[in-house]
Amino acid sequence: MNPADSSLIEMSVAGFLILSIFSFLYKDNPFYRLAEHIFAGLTAGYYVGLIYQTVIVQQLTIPIYREGKLELIFPALLGILMFTRFFDRFSYLSRISLAFVMGNTAGIFLIQQLHGLVLPQTQATIINPLAGSWLLGAVPGGMIIIAGVITTLIYFYFSKEHKGVLGKTARVGMVFIMISFGAHFGYTVMARLSLLIGQVKFVAFDWLPRLIGVN
Amino acid sequence: MHDLLSKRLPMMLAFFAGMVIIVAFFSGHPTLTNFRSNMQVWVSIIGGFTLLLGVVSITSVNYRRVRKLEKDWPYKLILLISLVVSGGFGIFQGTEAGTVYDWLFQNMSAPMMSSMFAMLAFFIASAAYRAFRARTVEATILLVVAMIVMLGRVPIGQVIYHRLPEITEWIMNYPNLAVQRGIIIGAALGAASMSIRIILGIERTYMGR
Repeated sequence: MNPADSSLIEMSVAGFLILSIFSFLYKDNPFYRLAEHIFAGLTAGYYVGLIYQTVIVQQLTIPIYREGKLELIFPALLGILMFTRFFDRFSYLSRISLAFVMGNTAGIFLIQQLHGLVLPQTQATIINPLAGSWLLGAVPGGMIIIAGVITTLIYFYFSKEHKGVLGKTARVGMVFIMISFGAHFGYTVMARLSLLIGQVKFVAFDWLPRLIGVN
Repeated sequence: MHDLLSKRLPMMLAFFAGMVIIVAFFSGHPTLTNFRSNMQVWVSIIGGFTLLLGVVSITSVNYRRVRKLEKDWPYKLILLISLVVSGGFGIFQGTEAGTVYDWLFQNMSAPMMSSMFAMLAFFIASAAYRAFRARTVEATILLVVAMIVMLGRVPIGQVIYHRLPEITEWIMNYPNLAVQRGIIIGAALGAASMSIRIILGIERTYMGR
């Protein structure tokens, strides 16, 4: 929310809920639990509204009634079959819908993973690692990338015991992985701190001064 | 009949749905490509119903607790009211900017979501205190790199050592990228093999077996 465009009521609602969530840092308390349940309910309701408008209305009822796409009755029936899970006697029927979704997703995944990830990532790693300048660190960097990719893959290769050359290579992979995890950890902490600063700034400099009439 | 509907038909459907996508991709035939696009819309529709299934499940569980006045029932009632209000306005008034649905998201859901994520900073810090004691070489590497990246992202890092942001960039662009690629390639190969198992009907755990 943008404090400049918000009314005091809107800011007070947001401020109260932010403080209620942060109150968990002291210990579990009724304010936190209230905010937690409101959040869970609103999130579920958010998806109800979103699915109704984007799926049921835009993808189903409008195409069926206005464009005459009667074939869409088939996925609608499969969707309704999912609800048979609530009835023990007919719950097996939901497998039909689930199998359709799983098969379709598996087909998309197979192409997406191989064509969209494995090949481009391998290509980017091995094509011309000597391109670029030694002075600017591109060539040593390229070598590090090749070594890192290979040793990381070897670290996750569990079909053979990590002994001898394989063990030593996996150990190098482990060092690379630790560097990456450390980098990710640092990056995540900074992102979370940035969010925290934003929330504290909103409460301390936007909402509270306006609430007590200073701003 | 039960056997056909509970085992054979789902397996045939999974095989058909998966193979259509693959054959359409490699053949490039317009009819098949068009059919593939339609099937993706169908999956999106079924996915929508599946999410609603989750909402129905949450509602029934919490409604039962409220009706029986079980422990913490007032909170469950608040959850149900929030769900009905947000979902109801989303259905009857719409989801555009300026609607009650949008107001609830902007002024209630979004600040709470940000606060939940921001609060993780404290939990990460306390977890790091316990996990980052440099007892092994690997833990020390992780600790040192994390410190460099954290300091390299803020102005004080540049004050401590002027090349710290450059070192951070180098770590992110080379060793970190190498590991990410390795993990992506490994995970993608795993996902691809799992996809083949699902299409061929070898993997059937999603059917509860």
